[in-house]
Amino acid sequence: MADLTRADVDHLAHLARIDLSDAELDRMVGELGVILTSVATVQQAPTEGMTAMSHPLPLVNVTRLDEVRPSLTPQEALSGAPEVDEQRFSVPRILDQD
Amino acid sequence: MSTLIRTSAAELASILATGEASAVEITQAHLDRIAAVDDQVHAFLHVDAEGALRSAAEVDKLRAAGDDVHVLAGVPIAVKDVVVTRGLPTTAGSAILRGWVPPYDATLVTRLKNAGMPILGKTNMDEFAMGSSTEHSAYGPTRNPWDLTRIPGGSGGGSAAALAAFEAPLAIGTDTGGSIRQPAAVTGTVGVKPTYGGVSRYGLIAMASSLDQAGPCTRSVLDAALLHSVIGGHDPMDSTSLAGPVPAVVEAARNADVSGMRIGIITELTGDGFQLGVRERFDSSLAHLVDAGAQVVEVSCPSFVYALAAYYLVMPSEVSSNLAKFDAMRYGLRVFPEGIDDPSAEQVMAATRDAGFGDEVKRRIILGTYALSSGYYDAYYGSAQKVRSLIAADFAAAFEQADVLVSPTAPTTAFPLGAKLSDPLSMYMQDIATIPANLAGVPGISLPCGLAGEDGLPVGFQILAPAMKDERLYAVGSALEQRLHHAWGGPLLHRIPALTETKEA
Repeated sequence: MADLTRADVDHLAHLARIDLSDAELDRMVGELGVILTSVATVQQAPTEGMTAMSHPLPLVNVTRLDEVRPSLTPQEALSGAPEVDEQRFSVPRILDQD
Repeated sequence: MSTLIRTSAAELASILATGEASAVEITQAHLDRIAAVDDQVHAFLHVDAEGALRSAAEVDKLRAAGDDVHVLAGVPIAVKDVVVTRGLPTTAGSAILRGWVPPYDATLVTRLKNAGMPILGKTNMDEFAMGSSTEHSAYGPTRNPWDLTRIPGGSGGGSAAALAAFEAPLAIGTDTGGSIRQPAAVTGTVGVKPTYGGVSRYGLIAMASSLDQAGPCTRSVLDAALLHSVIGGHDPMDSTSLAGPVPAVVEAARNADVSGMRIGIITELTGDGFQLGVRERFDSSLAHLVDAGAQVVEVSCPSFVYALAAYYLVMPSEVSSNLAKFDAMRYGLRVFPEGIDDPSAEQVMAATRDAGFGDEVKRRIILGTYALSSGYYDAYYGSAQKVRSLIAADFAAAFEQADVLVSPTAPTTAFPLGAKLSDPLSMYMQDIATIPANLAGVPGISLPCGLAGEDGLPVGFQILAPAMKDERLYAVGSALEQRLHHAWGGPLLHRIPALTETKEA
């Protein structure tokens, strides 16, 4: 789909939570168009009757025993956090103000 | 320059066993080399001299006390920065993880530590392993030790360059579409992507979970087998880890027996798209394998022409999901948007991801978001998954006719830094021969097969085997390596131009 518009890319960037600048948007519209035209060739492959393959191995669910095992301490788990408050991850407001 | 740094891991192991050199001496020799040349090569993002020497001293003490130690105990190693290391900074080449110090070790790192292998440091890479040149690192590119104006391949350019510059005898890489094999090819080193699930992914910062696989980066086929044996095997912490034992890779590398083996040339991965010197070195390697008693056949894998397109839909789709965790809340960078009082978590997230991710990462996240979006899913991601089935079927049919498949690893030798930065698609083409193995989960090796006539730069020879038959890579690789070394009068790396040691050790 080579006709990806600037508005489309802007929308996708919003879905992906990336605040692209105007210059980045301008550049990316062209680049993504070229890439999309190229990857769209998968639609020409003779895939009739083929099943979708999501994974190289025939996977079954793998479970573990419900046993206590060593894990990170709260201090270790919080060690990389940008902000910590009372042994919790401190984050910006998650609701709108009104 | 100490001769210890030019010695293979297998030879270092025997030097350590006889007491000819200590683990501390060997580790120090590599740290000295890093100090002397890494300002030119930039293979390392972080060097842990203190930790490496401490672990070397422990091994020396155990050996002196007569304790049983692992055969590679005391042989130092460099680890790609996408693998988490407790207490050592881990960034995956991204600014969004600048300064992050993980609170845990990847399983493969635990295994290196249990084997007594000193970790020299963390190697440079394209951001989150996205790239074929290591130019997409947020911390600046690595340079190819064969020619400092050229790329060392990617994404694992740091690990490959560290080996070629004699800064480490062994290194760890990860391969999602060729990130172990293509850097090996362009630096004249050896790299193996094991069967998917053969090495635990626990503690690898995921790029595309159904494609990612860690493996050994070395200067010889036997060294790769020795390292493969250390890091391979089942891990209950990775639900996609294979249950069986590690294939008998060391034995296969030592025996180097290819008599009666059928070697299949993949017709779709030869010819016009490949540089002349690459094709010439590939063809002369085939002649060596025939000399060794193998039989060469031609095999067609018609769906491989769609592999690159399928890969650039499957991988970005998984990327867009895997990288959602970099949300500025629990670890990594947090950036506040300009001109907004009291911004929301969502606004902080979007500002952080714009500031913290590089261009290539953003391109792939947005491409993946598109491929997975409602209305386009079937046409893009769905079609790509079906092509993936076609490619697996092509491999299955090809392995009926041949025991291993071969091709050049990369279409060209190392290109100049900057040459493909403004043209993402031409960068992607670098992985045309390596991607099919990741899509199907089969193992592959790249080993050096000579220098291209037109530019004097290394060429890689790729061998692919059926899933869980990794030992065949080592049998064929070792047989070819022996004959090439005999023809050349020594390893290819003996011909690498000397780097100027800028600092006295």
